Amino acid sequence: MDSVKIALTVNGRRHEREVEPRRLLSDFLREDLRLTGTHLACEHGVCGSCTILMNGQTARSCLTFAVMADGAEITTIEGLGSVENMHPLQAAFWEKHGLQCGFCTPGMLMSALELLRENPDASSEEIHQALAGNLCRCTGYQTIVEAVEAAAETMRGAER
Amino acid sequence: MTLDAYIPPSRQTEKPRESYQWIGKSMKRVEDPRLLVGRGIFADDINLPEMAHAAILRSPHAHAVIKSIDKSKAEALPGVLCVMTGADAAKYTGPLPSWANPPVHQHCIAQDKVRHVGEAVAAVVAETRYIAEDACDLIEVAYEPLPAVVDLEAALSSTGDAVLHPYRGDTNVALARTFTFGTVEEDFAKADRVIERRFRWPRSGGTPMETHGAVASYDPGTGKFTIHANTSMYNYCGWMIADSLGVPAHKLNIIPTLAGGSFGAKLFSHKPCVLAATLARATDRPVKFMEDRIDNTTGCDAHGSDRVYYAKLAIQDDGTLLSLKTHIIDDYGAYFQFGVGQHGNALSQCVGPYQINSVEVALEAVLTNKCQQGAYRGFGSEVANFVIERLVDGAAAELGMDVVDIRRKNFITPDQFPYLIPTGNMYDSGNYQAVLDEALELSEYESWRAKQAEMRKEGRYVGIGVATCQERSVFSTTEFWMWNLEPGGEWTSSPDAVSLKIDPTGKAFVTLHSPFWGNSPETVAVQVLAEQLTLDPSNIEVTYSDSDHGFNSTGPGGSRFTVMVAGAVVGAAHQLKKKLLRIAGHLMEADTADLEFRDGAVSLKGAPDKRLTIAELANTAHYFRLDLPEDMDLTSGLDASYVYDHPVTTLPAKDNSHLGIFYPIMGHMCHIPVIEVDIETGKISFLNYAAVHDCGTMVNPMTLKGHVRGGVVNGIGSALMEHYHYDETGQLQNSLFTDYLVPSIMESPSDIKIGHVVTPSPFTEYGIKGGGEGGRMGAPPALAAAIEDALRPLGVTIDELPLSPNRLRRLIREAQGRS
Repeated sequence: MDSVKIALTVNGRRHEREVEPRRLLSDFLREDLRLTGTHLACEHGVCGSCTILMNGQTARSCLTFAVMADGAEITTIEGLGSVENMHPLQAAFWEKHGLQCGFCTPGMLMSALELLRENPDASSEEIHQALAGNLCRCTGYQTIVEAVEAAAETMRGAER
Repeated sequence: MTLDAYIPPSRQTEKPRESYQWIGKSMKRVEDPRLLVGRGIFADDINLPEMAHAAILRSPHAHAVIKSIDKSKAEALPGVLCVMTGADAAKYTGPLPSWANPPVHQHCIAQDKVRHVGEAVAAVVAETRYIAEDACDLIEVAYEPLPAVVDLEAALSSTGDAVLHPYRGDTNVALARTFTFGTVEEDFAKADRVIERRFRWPRSGGTPMETHGAVASYDPGTGKFTIHANTSMYNYCGWMIADSLGVPAHKLNIIPTLAGGSFGAKLFSHKPCVLAATLARATDRPVKFMEDRIDNTTGCDAHGSDRVYYAKLAIQDDGTLLSLKTHIIDDYGAYFQFGVGQHGNALSQCVGPYQINSVEVALEAVLTNKCQQGAYRGFGSEVANFVIERLVDGAAAELGMDVVDIRRKNFITPDQFPYLIPTGNMYDSGNYQAVLDEALELSEYESWRAKQAEMRKEGRYVGIGVATCQERSVFSTTEFWMWNLEPGGEWTSSPDAVSLKIDPTGKAFVTLHSPFWGNSPETVAVQVLAEQLTLDPSNIEVTYSDSDHGFNSTGPGGSRFTVMVAGAVVGAAHQLKKKLLRIAGHLMEADTADLEFRDGAVSLKGAPDKRLTIAELANTAHYFRLDLPEDMDLTSGLDASYVYDHPVTTLPAKDNSHLGIFYPIMGHMCHIPVIEVDIETGKISFLNYAAVHDCGTMVNPMTLKGHVRGGVVNGIGSALMEHYHYDETGQLQNSLFTDYLVPSIMESPSDIKIGHVVTPSPFTEYGIKGGGEGGRMGAPPALAAAIEDALRPLGVTIDELPLSPNRLRRLIREAQGRS
């Protein structure tokens, strides 16, 4: 299959690569760029584990071809924060025990990030709606909602 | 035999205390930072140089003879390295591990016959997964279909071509046996009434978000395999994988990765390991095989219990429970990896928290053309909980008794522990009355009963369920073989190990010999070691050993890991503390009896300023041998290891009069959900959910709560949503997350209230009990009771799960048709 040249920015870094048109963005990120924090759990767009931000909006990287991201700005979990300097969402998930196995967590964080950027005062109901496309098998979700609420408060405080 | 003769003495060295420095604190998990920033390494994140990728061609048939396989077109595809059939694999690799006796042979790629949809017919290794999957489409297989065995009761009478494994006889009954404990017939004869029901527990599965997988390589220079995998038990029986691969155990090293959830499913997960290793040797390349979701749902070897119960409970008119008789048919699917271990498990607590004098259990385990059973959160006891609780609710309804009163009347009382149930298993401790009281208060039970009456007047169908269930923890291996008709593989050890060192700078390193499954073994180890050494947790590092360096360790499962890791850490820490005290006593010229650990140092009792820090002592222990006492046994350095055996277990009786003590660390719970049924749609809404658990001494209340809540939501899935639906031809109708529905945030209660009662175990270190499975072991009977209660005006009886809108609507229609 003929490869296509794409150029995109991932976590602030520009990459130019040749990819097959059928290559999934998830595989491109995980294998070509070695950003393995984006996880694949269903590969049919239901579970949300592979959620990333593409031009500021959430996307299922398992349902997106890498060529569709040509020219795009992508944020993955690796771009959100570091152990030394966690994003408020990451810190809140840690504080509130919003994760157990951690496999769905990167996608969950990305969906929550989009929500809080668009709606810093999200209600519990709005958090539920925003995370309805992210499956977690460990936590029962309650502490995830608590973590998003706590992060929202921190983020609102930081903006003041 | 007297109780004293039956129950071994306790080996508890750390008694439960009123307060602790680190144990019992809701410390943030040490596992979390790497997971939160996307740097945790799961199986699919392993990338080795020159690594190739495998995909499997799955059987479209439930049961068929493989007549021929033409792999020429697939092999001709550029980028393909190897196309392997079952016959090809047999040149390298033998049958997969099996605990059943006699074994049922399973291979990593089917040989001659396929026995369930999704079974591997061929595997392809290629430069990319894309090419491997393309090549799978080019393999031509001719099948001759055989009769598909799907219905578990029909499987009892299969013969001829419908028999899955003819070498075991002309039957699909893999094991049939009856156990009778106590005076069952006499108790039924004297009963005023018998509650008799047929229950159906549907096949679901742990369905972790991460599928199973392995990355294997083979070194022709050393003849040694290396496998990175999200497996467990590799330090317990990893040699069985080597055995399948036809190499001695020391020619295989298994390196654990993080596992993205298991819930039992990854208990051994040996098939991906054997498959990837077989392909690596054949191609002389490292090979990655990760299941995709369809591989997982159709062939993960980890479906859960799938049972019919014909159950009878003998009772007196005053509500006294006398005796329990169950006839169980369990659909194991196409293979039989753990035998009927799930039923050994269920016998550990089949009478629930109640005083029931005698028990008879008849089991028929059948093989059908489905993915085989493995482990799922409860390992069979979740079904037994559902059955006993449904029967008790049935008894209450029949007698017009209150569901709380009938439980109180029959509870084992706190003064009766240690308590032996008819099967011989011991309940070590408990206070069921206290748990019930706490749950009634936490759930505001009386207030909800009043509200329910009001709502019912408004025509709303609101129900309250009460389930009081056991959570046996810390299994002993006897559960796996006690049902076997023929002896073999009668293991009695199920330990867990840690190794421990303090380096010359005073930092402590714990090596766990079992893996991370999504639980918190690193946090447990840190909290217990910090408690032991009075060291700040920031000085402690936790890693995992591979099988080359590991000691006998059974691993997580059966709600055992917190108890076992704590026990192993205590054992190893005691060795190091003894050495630290000896060195400190020598250097300080003090009697060790006058010394104590305090704030990360050894100090003189009553004079805490006279101290040597652990870091100072460690430095001396490593680099200043000549400052130490002259003793050949006192080597330099600070290292120890400890293999912590099961705290209390005994053998089954040879005459089967009892099964011994095999699952004695007994947790307990009370779940009280309040739900509303929309009778037009069958939709369930949660109005309240309270769960009180007794897991003995809590190491970390926050993570324990997390386990309970997560388990409750798993239980909601089992009770209301999840069911692997095979049609009459053996096709799995729901193999994707689009149709195999697990609870999303929208189906989960937004506020599950959790309470704890603490009744420490007299047998485990600090009195800890397990708590990993309880949520799922309590929610299904509680929800069934709540829904039945909601629909009481219609006269609906609940005997079968899942209570999907579809099933509920049918029950409601039928009830309305009757009235």
